[in-house]
Amino acid sequence: MAATQRKKRTEAFLLGNEAVAEGALLAGCTFFAGYPITPSTEIMEVMARRLPHVDNGVFLQMEDEIASAGAIIGASLAGRKAMTATSGPGFSLMQEQIGYACMTETPLVIVDVMRGGASTGLPTSPGQGDVQQARWGAHGDRPIIVFSASDVRECLEMTVAAFNYAEKYRTPVILLLDEITAHTREKIEIPFPGEIQVYNRLLPTMPPEWYKPYEETVRGVPPMPAIGSGYRFHVTGLTHDHMGFPTSRPDEVKAATERIFRKIDRFFHDIQIVDQDLTEDADTLVIAYGCVARSARLAVRQAREAGVRAGLLSLKTLFPFPRTHVERLLRTCKLVLVPEMNMGQISREVKRVNCGITTIRTLNRVDGQIITPSQILKEIA
Amino acid sequence: MAEVTQLIHRYLRHNKKFPLVFCPGCGIGIVLGSLVRSVHALGIPKDDMVLVAGIGCSGRIAAYVDFNTVHATHGRALTLATGIKMSNPRLTVLAVMGDGDALSIGGNHLIHAARRNIGVTALVINNFIYGMTGGQCSSTTPPGSYTHTSPFGQMEKSFDVAEMATAAGANGVYRGTVFHAKVLDGLLQRAMTRPGFNLVEALSPCFTQYGRGNAFKSPVEMYRWLRDNVLPRETYDKLEDKTGRLPMGVFLERDEPGLETRHEAMRARLRHKEASA
Repeated sequence: MAATQRKKRTEAFLLGNEAVAEGALLAGCTFFAGYPITPSTEIMEVMARRLPHVDNGVFLQMEDEIASAGAIIGASLAGRKAMTATSGPGFSLMQEQIGYACMTETPLVIVDVMRGGASTGLPTSPGQGDVQQARWGAHGDRPIIVFSASDVRECLEMTVAAFNYAEKYRTPVILLLDEITAHTREKIEIPFPGEIQVYNRLLPTMPPEWYKPYEETVRGVPPMPAIGSGYRFHVTGLTHDHMGFPTSRPDEVKAATERIFRKIDRFFHDIQIVDQDLTEDADTLVIAYGCVARSARLAVRQAREAGVRAGLLSLKTLFPFPRTHVERLLRTCKLVLVPEMNMGQISREVKRVNCGITTIRTLNRVDGQIITPSQILKEIA
Repeated sequence: MAEVTQLIHRYLRHNKKFPLVFCPGCGIGIVLGSLVRSVHALGIPKDDMVLVAGIGCSGRIAAYVDFNTVHATHGRALTLATGIKMSNPRLTVLAVMGDGDALSIGGNHLIHAARRNIGVTALVINNFIYGMTGGQCSSTTPPGSYTHTSPFGQMEKSFDVAEMATAAGANGVYRGTVFHAKVLDGLLQRAMTRPGFNLVEALSPCFTQYGRGNAFKSPVEMYRWLRDNVLPRETYDKLEDKTGRLPMGVFLERDEPGLETRHEAMRARLRHKEASA
């Protein structure tokens, strides 16, 4: 039975990767193009099985990750909700296309399941080394939204959120998972289609001859018609004016560049998604994301039992960095620990926001193994 | 002349800043003309026509024509075209690329688009050089030619686009030149109406970057070279001495269904199975 016909929640025993695919289908994804890479391949395999059953569903296996990213950009321009999934090396290959999608304001969802090490690294082990790449990987100045998830239920929820934010702000959204979250199997409830909020991109309502593809609007997010729907316009990665044509006039370049930043900055509060656990009275804070957030949750509880007023701030939005939540807690905590499976990528952001308010300690582990609750506990208790 | 004016008004964008970006003597404008005439002759509505272009001189075509136009990243035009065609098979999708675009940086995508037999027409404008970046050798620069990055003569062999597309599994392979504009019109129209992946190579001179460095005295001389050395396939096949000559015309025509058709058939099969279950 097709996913779209369900009226009741169903329980399923799923991998994080499979939950991503479920989330994508619930959010209305009808186009997937990808290239196999460990540890993200299950997403692709589920989509290959499921998409042909979905109305207008298209699944493509492309020749490389550059082509995968290209195909989903094309699909998104043609009006589809499109997604790809990859891991470190493939994510690096996609960067130019991600920059193009930012410039042309094409909604996309790109899932990067992080593995350990640089280069080919540790293909079957977890890591969190792609955090800053997700933000700064593509060349040039452009904003982007980066989400993460720490368990199987969140994989589903954050995939739906990734599609919603991509459509709402006309931008690529990157969902960073890690090998542990992606390969953990848990029982979750899959919501039925009417139960979750799904956001679709704004379509133009004016007649085609009045349509200006990159016009200044109040929200800063111009409406986006599908190719072939009667609105003919030009899409280019060159800096363009409000009609979409290449320009190098300083005033037009400035306006275009500032608008793509403004559309994210203005709605910064809408984009900050975090989870707070026992933070109300905390004086010791752990800031974590991905699989490390799960270890941290247990460590914080154990610390409470030991008499330490510990709390957890679990980040689901990584970029734009949720600084208001972090800032508030920095002011009330005397110690902040940032455990990460890299040499310190989110801790840089925390330190940037901190500016000497409190003590920040980092806990880095880069041997391809998860940071355990006892490791975190040792640092905070 | 009146007809030309009508086509200009109908198919070129009124709100785009003109003149064209191309140098005097460039052949890309002729390809643009051929493209407009072909779309007009086939009666394809502008709303259903998608032109995806790569980066380089040829890529600039996209901004001028009043179709749905996408100016993609360097070498990746075919990947975007694949996404668009699979998303909406009703559209006529044309990918315009230069030789550097299609064969160097995007060579992988070209052979896979051909293998996949996706219903996209690839128009490869081959001017044997990287024009926009200032005249560096490309993967179609003839051996021995002088460019800024082969100042002592190109040492590497060049690609034959037509042979490569044939070997990779394209449905149709054609070659024309900007000197034989009417022939090019015909080839483009054939390519755009046939199923699956069809490739048209248009030989086009670049006097500014290629001609001047390689003993061509004027753009006119380059067009003369095309006239004298690019021969219809039938004539070319009968030649005894083929050195320095190139064949043009229809190289291959197969009638295999495009990927989007096979995809739809697969889905229909699934629906049938579900209904009978």
